[in-house]
Amino acid sequence: MQQNLVALLVIAALTVPVSSFAGPRDDLLAQYATAARKETPAFSGFSAARGKTLHTQKFAGGKPDTPACTTCHSENTRGAGRTLTGKAIEAVAVSVTPQRYTDPAKVEKWFKRNCNEVLGRACTAQEKGDWLSYMISQ
Amino acid sequence: MNIPYRPLTLGLVALAFCGIVLERAQAGGDDYFPPVIDPVVKEECGSCHIAFAPSMLPARSWKRMMGDLKNHFGDDASVDPETAARISAYLVSNAADTGGKRYSSKLLRGLAPDAAPLRITELPKWVSKHRSVPAWEWKHKDVRTKANCVACHADAERGFYED
Repeated sequence: MQQNLVALLVIAALTVPVSSFAGPRDDLLAQYATAARKETPAFSGFSAARGKTLHTQKFAGGKPDTPACTTCHSENTRGAGRTLTGKAIEAVAVSVTPQRYTDPAKVEKWFKRNCNEVLGRACTAQEKGDWLSYMISQ
Repeated sequence: MNIPYRPLTLGLVALAFCGIVLERAQAGGDDYFPPVIDPVVKEECGSCHIAFAPSMLPARSWKRMMGDLKNHFGDDASVDPETAARISAYLVSNAADTGGKRYSSKLLRGLAPDAAPLRITELPKWVSKHRSVPAWEWKHKDVRTKANCVACHADAERGFYED
């Protein structure tokens, strides 16, 4: 009986890391959803389609040499991008670069920098969630 | 006592010669600049461009650069104070005139002792070394900028910059 219990506990312990493995991106989306609800009470979820529009759209508010996300990240989400200095950037699609968006601090750091450079302002939680949903779907 | 001066001297000279050759070989010759190994520095300084070797600029240049990350060649590259302190300490202690000295004696040649250039491409030695690269090659779509060392120096990320 006690042996069974130990075995059960061991199995349970083993499954914990596995079940929480899909976590960081989902946690991040949940955080953005909470923030988006605060920004707009009418918030009704994220949309990968809107994320795609955001990703490919040209903005006038940012720096002239980086009018769109796709200036550096490739138009093709599954292809490598290139910074203005010429350095390669790993594909933005999760299917190609599965370790992407698993470090929340890193995601926030790059949203902060890149939104500022491309849009000339911070991105809203809605925009971040939409964009992230698009990349997860890719 | 009869000391054999001649063979002794010859032996010592040969030994010294081997020592010099070995040291140069270990250092990788004039074209080796040890790459950044600190993971934080590599991440923070190696996302938009390659993480430039600290031994390619004097400490005064790195201090100047770290003092104005908000205006980093037109980008706001600011980081939190702890990260900045860690990066600064690494760059300054491995700079061309400090810990990275043995790799950089030639690269700093011709640079005024008080000059603190922010671009490696402004060093007189860099300029003379790249004089024969034609303008069209710099504009090539795979090169884009002079900060893209790996476009031509395939092993740059590992520290080797020979032709």
